[in-house]
Amino acid sequence: MGSLARAPYRPGMTGTTSGSRLHLPSYLREDDSLRTPVGFPGYRSTALRAPLRTPVDLPQRLTEITGPVLGEDRVKPEDADLTLRNGGEAVGQRILVFGRVLDSNGRPVPDALVEVWQANAAGRYRHVVDNWPAPLDPHFDGLGRVVTDSLGRYEFMTIKPGAYPWGNHHNAWRPAHIHFSLFGRAFTQRLVTQMYFPDDPLFSQDPIYNAIPAAARPRTISRYSLERTQDNWALAFEWDIVLRGADQTPFETDDDGDVA
Amino acid sequence: MSGPIVNPLDVPPDPTVPFQPKSGQRGTGFLTGPFQIGATPSATVGPYLAIGLTWADGIFAAEEGTPGAFWIRGQVFDGAGNVVPDAMVETWQADPDGGFPSPEDPRGAASYPGFRGYARAQTITGEFAIHTLKPGPLPDGEGGLQAPHIDVSVFARGILDRVVTRIYFADETEANAADVVLDTVPADRRDTLLATRDGDGYRFDVYLQGERETVFFAV
Repeated sequence: MGSLARAPYRPGMTGTTSGSRLHLPSYLREDDSLRTPVGFPGYRSTALRAPLRTPVDLPQRLTEITGPVLGEDRVKPEDADLTLRNGGEAVGQRILVFGRVLDSNGRPVPDALVEVWQANAAGRYRHVVDNWPAPLDPHFDGLGRVVTDSLGRYEFMTIKPGAYPWGNHHNAWRPAHIHFSLFGRAFTQRLVTQMYFPDDPLFSQDPIYNAIPAAARPRTISRYSLERTQDNWALAFEWDIVLRGADQTPFETDDDGDVA
Repeated sequence: MSGPIVNPLDVPPDPTVPFQPKSGQRGTGFLTGPFQIGATPSATVGPYLAIGLTWADGIFAAEEGTPGAFWIRGQVFDGAGNVVPDAMVETWQADPDGGFPSPEDPRGAASYPGFRGYARAQTITGEFAIHTLKPGPLPDGEGGLQAPHIDVSVFARGILDRVVTRIYFADETEANAADVVLDTVPADRRDTLLATRDGDGYRFDVYLQGERETVFFAV
């Protein structure tokens, strides 16, 4: 079930024990003005699914500040190249997607599992529910998995996903995007999100993009990277993902010199 | 700017106290304030999560055949009372001794035979099922104990940020009565957090909306 021998990620304020008292880190929660709300009126599916009552505050204790160790044993090297599946090459614009996984204190998150999924170049998912008239690609299944290195870096090769219609409103099209799923090291750090591409003309009419508060929307858009673009092979897009970091507020000292 | 500007390189030969900048504010020239970068905002998993998030062993927080293991099954309901068939439920919990297979536990990472602590299950069949062990009681950090519980995240199309709840066990009456988290939940909604005995394990249904809306937590 995976080795636990690796050094723990240090969220900044490391938990310690002293007697019966536990000193636990507390992960910062982004201000509501910069967080995606659970529901959004323009996104129709939220109407019956997004909970309506105010959530109850849960103090972060052991279950919240720990998390599963999921890494190399879940990932094969070929999982980082979505362009080569079923013995052939996927159709589409080849792109390298790369970046770092950090916490909000700027610390890299190493050995972190990153799962991605996406539509093919024509904008169709290999999924029974997706049956709009765009072609499937026998050499593209849209699934990728990578683990961040010791500096929190990740990268994978794929094709640029196409936009697709989705029936939320008249002539609704999702901007091209790649789904990302990350664990970090603590239950509180879990994140599922979507990466977009720069200057997409479809942003203005997309409620999933616009549900994000305006000030935080740029955090979901990748940057074109000329430096990493591979001559005669693939364009490159850079996207850093920031998970919640530990609260760095200085803490007081107990009489016995222990941090409280 | 008020007050004298201190030259940090002007170190007296025998300082009596270590130099401390007087202000943690950015712009004073000293980076003593916490450095923060903005967290990436969440987005919905959408309807095609099965492509990216399916694992052959996903539903096993405890391996098949682990002594004492059982199933927790449940359904996820929307505000119209319909079963949600494209949700994913993830669980994270302590082992029966109250340890976590996580190096982030300040008491040290625990190892319990056959136990991963984490499971993910989709609701494609209309029902999710995870195979696990009952977690042990946990110190609450303040000298008390938390009742056995499992942290749960629910993801689905139509939910833009995961929703978090906890599974407690209806047959842990005494421990539940002393649990500080349950105590913060309105008494008439507490039973939405209780898994009940059912067949080969427990049943825990999630109501995203409605009169029986499950208690969700902000973490």
